[in-house]
Amino acid sequence: MNRKIIGRMLGFLLLLECVFLFPSVVVSALHQEQNALAAILATMVIAAVSGGALCFIFRRADRHFYAREGFLITALGWVVLSAVGALPFVFSGEIPHYVDALFEVISGFTTTGASILTEVESMSKGLLFWRSFTHWLGGMGILVFLLAIVPMGKGGYSVHILRAESPGPSVGKLVPKLRQTAAILYGIYVALTVLDVLFLLAGGMPLFDALCTAFGTAGTGGFGVKNDSMAGYSPYLQNVCTVFMALFGVNFSLYFLLLIGQFRQFFRSEELGVYVLIMLSAIAIITVNTMAQYPGFRDAFHHAAFTVSSIMTTTGFSTVDFNLWPQLSRSILVVLMVLGACAGSTGGGIKTARLILLFKSLRSQIRQMLRPRSVNPVQVEGHTIPDETIRGVDTYMSAYLTIVIFSVLILALDGLPMETNLTGVLACLNNIGPGLGMVGPASNYSVFSDLAKVVLMLDMLFGRLEIFPLLILFSPTAWKKAG
Amino acid sequence: MNIIIVGDGKVGAALAAQLSGEGHDVTIIDSNSHVLRESAEALDVMVVAGNGATMATLQEARVDQADLLIAATSRDELNLLTCLTAKKLGCANTIARIRNPEYTDQLIAMREELGLSLTVNPEQAAAIEAYQLLQFPSVLKRESFAKGRVEIVAVPVHEGSKLAGIPLHKLYEIARVKVLVCAVERQGEVHIPGGSFQLQTGDTLFVTAALQDLAQLVRNLGLVEQKVKNLLIIGGSRIAFYLTQRCLDSGIHVQIIERDHERCMRLAETFPKATVIEADGSRQEVLDAQGLPYFDAVITLTGMDEENVVLSMFAQHVGVGKVITKINRVEYSELFRKVGLGSIISPKALCCSNIVRYVRAMSTASGSAGVLALHTIVDGKVEALEFRAGSDTRHCDQPLREVPLKDGILISCITHRGETMIPKGDTRFHPGDTIVVVTAGGGRILSQLNDIFAD
Repeated sequence: MNRKIIGRMLGFLLLLECVFLFPSVVVSALHQEQNALAAILATMVIAAVSGGALCFIFRRADRHFYAREGFLITALGWVVLSAVGALPFVFSGEIPHYVDALFEVISGFTTTGASILTEVESMSKGLLFWRSFTHWLGGMGILVFLLAIVPMGKGGYSVHILRAESPGPSVGKLVPKLRQTAAILYGIYVALTVLDVLFLLAGGMPLFDALCTAFGTAGTGGFGVKNDSMAGYSPYLQNVCTVFMALFGVNFSLYFLLLIGQFRQFFRSEELGVYVLIMLSAIAIITVNTMAQYPGFRDAFHHAAFTVSSIMTTTGFSTVDFNLWPQLSRSILVVLMVLGACAGSTGGGIKTARLILLFKSLRSQIRQMLRPRSVNPVQVEGHTIPDETIRGVDTYMSAYLTIVIFSVLILALDGLPMETNLTGVLACLNNIGPGLGMVGPASNYSVFSDLAKVVLMLDMLFGRLEIFPLLILFSPTAWKKAG
Repeated sequence: MNIIIVGDGKVGAALAAQLSGEGHDVTIIDSNSHVLRESAEALDVMVVAGNGATMATLQEARVDQADLLIAATSRDELNLLTCLTAKKLGCANTIARIRNPEYTDQLIAMREELGLSLTVNPEQAAAIEAYQLLQFPSVLKRESFAKGRVEIVAVPVHEGSKLAGIPLHKLYEIARVKVLVCAVERQGEVHIPGGSFQLQTGDTLFVTAALQDLAQLVRNLGLVEQKVKNLLIIGGSRIAFYLTQRCLDSGIHVQIIERDHERCMRLAETFPKATVIEADGSRQEVLDAQGLPYFDAVITLTGMDEENVVLSMFAQHVGVGKVITKINRVEYSELFRKVGLGSIISPKALCCSNIVRYVRAMSTASGSAGVLALHTIVDGKVEALEFRAGSDTRHCDQPLREVPLKDGILISCITHRGETMIPKGDTRFHPGDTIVVVTAGGGRILSQLNDIFAD
């Protein structure tokens, strides 16, 4: 194993984090927040020094790396970024407890949006900006950004980083060069974010709020800058969010197809069809189900659309306390939490692509049982899916279930109600944020003990990195030098 | 450039590695998704699974955006159909690998209709290289430039050679012909030597010399030069066909050992003058019975690299003067050189360098200053390229000692109006001259003459 390249890449990542902290410095300086400014600057120094040192020590690293190094870089990268990213909150004393600060920043980077803060509005603007900015960075993936700017030598093995960090069962390149693929993905991401900010500004939202909201939307994160999330904003602004959340939940390679004029392929995408279908049916059912709680159809539809878009894309913004909705609507939301957005989007969850594969392989399995001699390949968009991909999805599901079960069991030690524990774990593992019960949209995660918070942090990382890259950290073979 | 390679076999994969390493956007098409996955993981390329000769697959690979399509599957007909389809779909340049000699005339007659930019025949290229080596058995490798007027040859420094311990600036006293040592390989390392560089036993020199001086050079260096009169070919592969033709034409007697009856029949029918033996050439009794030690040269052309290596080592062991080994997998050639396997030919590597030369010539905007010939020596650690100086070439008509060159670059030969010179400090080149440049900068890509200047 090439340990040096891992050190070198981690160094690059820390330097990059130092650069990414800079906008928060500007925000702090503009709002004259001495305390936050000092805390962020101190963190920048730490990131720069440690990153620079790593890069210097491993400057002679062999540029070649393989699948294992790719996974380790991804998993360790996320842990290191979070560990350093939490420091400004601790230094400024705004979240004095390190575990809490770490929870907050992991929740940010993994685009979960689960918060332990009871009072958001009293935070300094600089740190609030950093908190939301982590969503934006984590959404498309900071390593993908690194891939777009750092030349990675001749080999193609860095595709493993893209694969480890991008959500979905089968991640492919858009163009032959990995670097260009990463650049295209980020280009689309930035363009959509800018568009979102413009629409929000047009609705009269202050610039700071618009930026933070757009970051939360783009990364499908869900950190708000107001205590009541999005409830206080005008219906127009809420509608802008509804639309953009749904847009960021779509596979970005589909946008690339639009860009190069392949409209037919775009509209033939099965995943997009299923995604839209699930979203519209959920909105319809919830609208009817919650009609009694609202003055009219329009209000019910407005809130149902916002909430479904927010939960299904695993963003986690809220306009109403959906914890108070009827059981059917609440149950549908829990299902949507698990389903999640499209593969290759910034959203979390199991992903529509996996759902399609699971459903189709189930169907082919049943046919096989009825007619043992029949041949039933699983096909998506006319292409036969290799057995390994399907096995990968099955393995993913069993790992997913195992994690849910153990997390819920450990959370149960705190003695909170079942609904709170289960939806809390699901909301973290699927990178949504608010769950039901005591972790509903009107409350937060400060009720949990430190142990439970650590478990939830791991769940968030598991969810964002799609389980395996992080799980590999716990495998002894991953660390062996030879083999 | 945007390049599509159809066929992810030995040649396709090697081409993909080389071309994507040179910075091109490479898409590979193959119907076998297992080999594709390997390529996708090892290289920075995009892969498309499917039959490359179908419009649907080619469209999926976005052939209309491609600058070049290389059809390198093992089937000639498929390659031709692929190129035709790609042309129809708007791909400007196509290269096909065509191996069947029966198609040669057709390809020339149908040039217009097929619209191929280039056809490559790895086996034929290998046969030509083997034949060139047989003409000068004491050199390990020959690469020709300037329409064959200039050669870069690899010369070994044997135990007790006149060259051992000699500094390069005294080389002329021994060689007594104008030559230039452009690279020295010592224990796997490549040196671009200066005048004080001292030669040692075990070194391999890469020497530029004019073709007419080659025979004299070899003689003066004290290398035993015995003309090859009897050649034993083990393995009646396609290369054997091409090679036998050439050897018979120039009066070399050829004996071929091949185990397949059908092939033996075809060889015997095609070449009545050659002796064809139907037997397993990898068995020692067979070789002994044919009198292996009495051949001037042996070339091993069986389908298996391992068998070729072992047979060649055996031939050297019994004292055959010139042994040439065909090896498809070039990865371990460093080891083969160390054990003294002598001359190695690799159809795959030859085919690759042909195509890479074409691609580099394509990427140059003005065709005049493009790459005319490209040879890689010592596993691609050293490249020798031939360029034509154009009107846009800098430093024309300037004495060479005043021309700033990049590190590790050497001008090894200038051909001016058909006259070849080994350059000195006061030599100049003029527009229209062809210039052979040797570079040892691993990873540096020279695609036009102006790339060699340091300013």
